[in-house]
Amino acid sequence: MAATQTVDVVMPQMGVSVSEGTVTKWLKQVGEKIEADESLLEISTDKVDTEVPSPGTGVVAEILVQEGETVDVGTKLAVIAPEGAEASAPAEAPPEPATQEAAAEVAQAAPAEATPPTREEPAPAPAAQPQPAAATGDGRAFVSPVVARIAAEHGVDPGRVPGTGRGGRVTKQDILQFIEQGGEPTEAPSEPEAVQAPPKAPPEPPAAPAEAPPEPPRPARTAAPAAAEAELTPGEQEEPVTAMRRGIAEHMRRSLDTAAHVTSAIEVDMSRVVAIREKLKPEFQKSYGVNPTYLVFIARAVVETLKDYPWINGELRGDKIVTRNFVNLGFAVELTDGKGLIVPVVKSTEGLNLLGITRAVTDIAERARSKRLTPEDVQGGTFTITNPGGYGTFHGTPVISQPQAAILGTYALVKRPWVVQDDRGQDTLGIRPIMNLTLTYDHRLIDGALAGRFLRDLRERLQTWGEADY
Amino acid sequence: MAEITYIQAISNGLREEMRRDDRVFVIGEDVGVYGGAFKVTLGFQDEFGPWRVIDSPLSETAIIGACTGASIMGLRPVAEMQFSDFVSCAWDHIVTVAAKQHYRAGTPVPITIRLPSGGGFSGGPFHSQNPESSFAHIPGLKIVCPSTPEDAKGLLASAIHDPNPVLYFEHKHLYRRIKGEVPDERYETPIGKARVHREGTDVSVITWGAMVYTAGEAAQQLEEDGVSVEIVDLRSILPWDKQAVLASAEKTSKVLVLHEDTRTGGFGAEIVATIAEEAFESLDAPIKRIAAPDTPVPFSPPLEKAYIPQVDDVVAGLRELAEY
Repeated sequence: MAATQTVDVVMPQMGVSVSEGTVTKWLKQVGEKIEADESLLEISTDKVDTEVPSPGTGVVAEILVQEGETVDVGTKLAVIAPEGAEASAPAEAPPEPATQEAAAEVAQAAPAEATPPTREEPAPAPAAQPQPAAATGDGRAFVSPVVARIAAEHGVDPGRVPGTGRGGRVTKQDILQFIEQGGEPTEAPSEPEAVQAPPKAPPEPPAAPAEAPPEPPRPARTAAPAAAEAELTPGEQEEPVTAMRRGIAEHMRRSLDTAAHVTSAIEVDMSRVVAIREKLKPEFQKSYGVNPTYLVFIARAVVETLKDYPWINGELRGDKIVTRNFVNLGFAVELTDGKGLIVPVVKSTEGLNLLGITRAVTDIAERARSKRLTPEDVQGGTFTITNPGGYGTFHGTPVISQPQAAILGTYALVKRPWVVQDDRGQDTLGIRPIMNLTLTYDHRLIDGALAGRFLRDLRERLQTWGEADY
Repeated sequence: MAEITYIQAISNGLREEMRRDDRVFVIGEDVGVYGGAFKVTLGFQDEFGPWRVIDSPLSETAIIGACTGASIMGLRPVAEMQFSDFVSCAWDHIVTVAAKQHYRAGTPVPITIRLPSGGGFSGGPFHSQNPESSFAHIPGLKIVCPSTPEDAKGLLASAIHDPNPVLYFEHKHLYRRIKGEVPDERYETPIGKARVHREGTDVSVITWGAMVYTAGEAAQQLEEDGVSVEIVDLRSILPWDKQAVLASAEKTSKVLVLHEDTRTGGFGAEIVATIAEEAFESLDAPIKRIAAPDTPVPFSPPLEKAYIPQVDDVVAGLRELAEY
């Protein structure tokens, strides 16, 4: 439909708990014609990146929010006028983000909280109330008037309160009890939707000191340069903090504040995997159009090994330990502009063979880079694999994606001189493709010995599995 | 103190007022020789004579018209509508004349209109209605709906004493079913003051009339589930006790409004709207309404049971709120 009058384009609500978004790129400039539903701009939120379609046909009359700016949901971004209407001052051309091969790195982007499936409304909806609650299940997203008032009066984030109402909703009783107990959800009921608030500190110190987080831990509250805290000194430059970056910063900090991070590493002789992959690669590419990377072999072996280690696929939730009969595997994926990453999740990987996992990983990685992930794609993970080895690194200490218990790091596959045995059982040197794997785990739940056994079994699978086992 | 029935309390209260104040007289269909359709005025004519216990023609218009004139001239008439359903015939005299007289001419209009109302015994569409909300929209009137014998007597005294036209809804289903302690001496129950029928902490029920008991039985069942239900008996519809209702809403944060009258435009809507306006930030669940569906009251006993809110309906509504 052609617009007969001007139509406003507003920042859409991308999930109930999302309250703001960043304009990353204008796909049309002032004065350009646009059809209804044609993509007008790209936005980034702490949940997903997506394109915003035009709500009407006409001409871009005004662009009100520039690239890089972060605004609240519902903020007017642009105006579409009927064709022939006057256009106002043109906006500046946007810098094109550089594309590059997206090798997954470090840990996760979006906080692992869930949102009801509201996404990509063709006509951007007006702003709903900003939702402080970490939404999981339909009930958690709603904060009743009385709970909102009590929360405001006591400075409590309702998202941190364990909910016992319908769908995990935080009731008045819940928040009053929470406040009465000093704000620590020690009596957290073991609802599936219960919030992933950090339980009390572990009694034992970690076996190994956890390294510093890979990201700066201080989340900037405002993205606007105008609100800079300190003056720039000569030679310094600044850029706005995107919603995604803020989400990563908050989540990284929260994870380190929550879990007792410890990392164990193991060296794996990947000779067998390399051989099987060499054989399967052309077949997969020819028949299915997908590439079986080392990552998917490792993922297959991880899923199988996790079956024997339910706690590593589990979660410390309140005063309960939660385990599952499924493995929702998160994969950290770097975004093409190199300025963020996201952790899409492949659900129920325990039911997928090598081809199934290859397809699923190919699909989510592609959708992550083309910004077509839905909020559901980034939630519900039970274990995460991150692959910073693409650039040759051989060790790292990733940060756990909360509320999971552990994260596996995979590193560069390097040919090394390796002590092997010859036909007569004598030690000799061979050349083997070796990969280091790290398991960073939450020592509150997982002891070093358990992590060691997990890594041993994982190595055993990778070194001994035949083609049929994958 | 004596334990008497709800209808006995009305009868006793009326007799007491007639004994203490010569200006009080009764007029209605068959209230004299026959003693009233429900025998509220049985024996009254013998005690007070035919000029204070007047058998009227079958004309509600004439009854209220006579009352309006008598009250303007200084008397304190108590009219009986044989069934509250019949009051519609007197609409013009109540709404256009009695309710507005004080505003037009400054004279008091101390009429009490007794309205036997409510269903629950297969009275059908002409003998079971609860038309209180129709009159709640009329400034100049007062409306009371007692649910206990004590309030039946106390509110009748207040109604007769009040200088305004007061519609006194007495629920027929409570007449002989409900008994309670009633003080022997004269007392007035204030118009416009609610009564907490049952204290509770988790969910509030705002109701009046026979539904107070329906809510009470439901609350008993909820108590077995560990849910504490507060019941506010409104007692007066006009003016109504906002403070008591808001206080209960603020206390429990979950409110069920229950009435026997039909849903659309029922007085519950006014209560719900007021809570939403004035206690929004105290709410922890959407306000719930339980009322009769928007049809006339059916004759058939099973249909009538389906029509009038039952204990099970209230239990379900309370559970829903408790679990929200």
